[in-house]
Amino acid sequence: MEKRVTFKGWLLPLLLVAPQVAVTAVFFFYPAGQAVWQSLFIPDPFGLKSQFVGLGNFEFLLGDPYYRASFVTTAIFSSLVTVVSMGVALVLAVLADRLIKGSGTYRTLLIWPYAVAPAVAGVLWLFMFNTRVGVVAWYLGQLGYDWNHVLNGGEAMGLVVVASAWGRISYNFLFFLAGLQAIPRSVIEAAAIDGARFWTRFWTIVFPLLSPTTFFLLVVNIVYAFFETFGVIHTITSGGPQQATTILVYKVFADGFVGQDLGSSAAQSVILLVVVGVLTVVQFRFIERRVHY
Amino acid sequence: MAGGAQSGMVERRGWSLWLTHAGLILGVMVIAFPIWLAFVASTVTQPEIVRPPMPVLPGDQFFENYRKALVAGVNAPVAKMLMNSAVMALGIALGKIAISLLSAFAIVYFRFPGRKAFFWLIFLTLMLPVEVRIVPTYEVVAGFGMLNSHAGLILPLIASATATFLFRQFFMTVPDELVEAARVDGARPMRFFLDILVPMSRTNIAALFVILFIYGWNQYLWPLLITTDPQMNTIVMGIKQMFPSGDDIADWPVIMATSILAMLPPVLVVIFMQKLFIRGLVESEK
Repeated sequence: MEKRVTFKGWLLPLLLVAPQVAVTAVFFFYPAGQAVWQSLFIPDPFGLKSQFVGLGNFEFLLGDPYYRASFVTTAIFSSLVTVVSMGVALVLAVLADRLIKGSGTYRTLLIWPYAVAPAVAGVLWLFMFNTRVGVVAWYLGQLGYDWNHVLNGGEAMGLVVVASAWGRISYNFLFFLAGLQAIPRSVIEAAAIDGARFWTRFWTIVFPLLSPTTFFLLVVNIVYAFFETFGVIHTITSGGPQQATTILVYKVFADGFVGQDLGSSAAQSVILLVVVGVLTVVQFRFIERRVHY
Repeated sequence: MAGGAQSGMVERRGWSLWLTHAGLILGVMVIAFPIWLAFVASTVTQPEIVRPPMPVLPGDQFFENYRKALVAGVNAPVAKMLMNSAVMALGIALGKIAISLLSAFAIVYFRFPGRKAFFWLIFLTLMLPVEVRIVPTYEVVAGFGMLNSHAGLILPLIASATATFLFRQFFMTVPDELVEAARVDGARPMRFFLDILVPMSRTNIAALFVILFIYGWNQYLWPLLITTDPQMNTIVMGIKQMFPSGDDIADWPVIMATSILAMLPPVLVVIFMQKLFIRGLVESEK
């Protein structure tokens, strides 16, 4: 796609792109390049010089049980966040779509948690499940269940999943509702005339027609769970107990800033770059398809 | 479901309609519950919280707790942190919009050397979050002496081209006749940009502003790394710093008041600019 009519000159356009080029070069490309470069070295403990190790950092990482465990943790965490937030959102969107009047009101009531930062969401859920003062933890105790996410890895995972999925429901709801409302009423009514009940209509007509939205949300939610949930993890569990909630992004932070293991942290960044790259390609492929849908 | 098939096909009547409303109201309540609890906690005293179960209705300490948070806080007054967050969010939103408008104008309306290369650079920056390159970016910012500064908070987060991409898409839909008319009138490129293109883009600019403001306000990892001075903390990252490190009990009423204050600005933006927010969300994900 190109414009037919353009202005002449080359100095002005270069000046116009200069601010963006400068900022992106200094704060994006240079650091990204540095990440790749540093991932090939191991700095000595005093940070005075570093030794070239080629792909040694990567070899070490892939053989490191903690790193592999973090991969598994990330996979479990992001699948759960995606499934929980999309599932709840889909149910609410289907309900709201059934209304002829009032779906706008519910939309307003449901979308505002989107604006709550993941880190703030983490504090809210931590407060409810705090082992000492948390009201939900207290009621669970009354029912005879001894909640302690500080010691129990499974409970810690459950808590960070729910806290991460919570704010995301708004986003998914918005896109699902828009997707549902774009399905022509006549198609659904025709099926109803043929005697198809609600669930038959949903699984044979509505859900397939909604699949572009579903695929799109799948990719976006996985990206969210991978990268933007750092605040939730850091506020609630700090990756614990025993690394039970150390997702990959958290490990980059923990190894690079807390552990000061720069080579390994850089190599982890590069691996994440590859993951993002793959997800981006998947998304663009898919979006191309959606355009021609 | 039952009943629907006979009367009015897919329109909901009677108990089915009430069931739908009940389901939605339940959903709204479950989703709002954590925030309600936080609000209640911000209006009661510390002893009321540390002896569970805490009350479910607001107490009478609203002004006391919020005043304490805003003026004193734990490490730094929350008013100061709110200020830092506002500067950061506005800086990111306005900065990114400004540089993106200019560069999108250049790549759509000019043919210049390096244009193709520039276009690909933009593409590469799409979707690469700051989380992935934190260590080297930290070193760059430290090298410039920008730790604990507003510039250090803002600049690395405007270094992506999502907005450029959006404005480019929009400019491509602007009719060519407008440029021709402007050229016949002898208008210089910058006149055309300022008098025609920018005013035409105002809805897109506003929608993007809403999204970027929320994005900037809610940043956590980056401010956590580069603001070691409590006076430079943003509110979203400052909450975690209010928890005591040892076994001491946290000052929950003040922490919860701070949490409410931290979510208020972006939540108000979403509620009162809902149309722009939805538009921005849909467009920035295209």
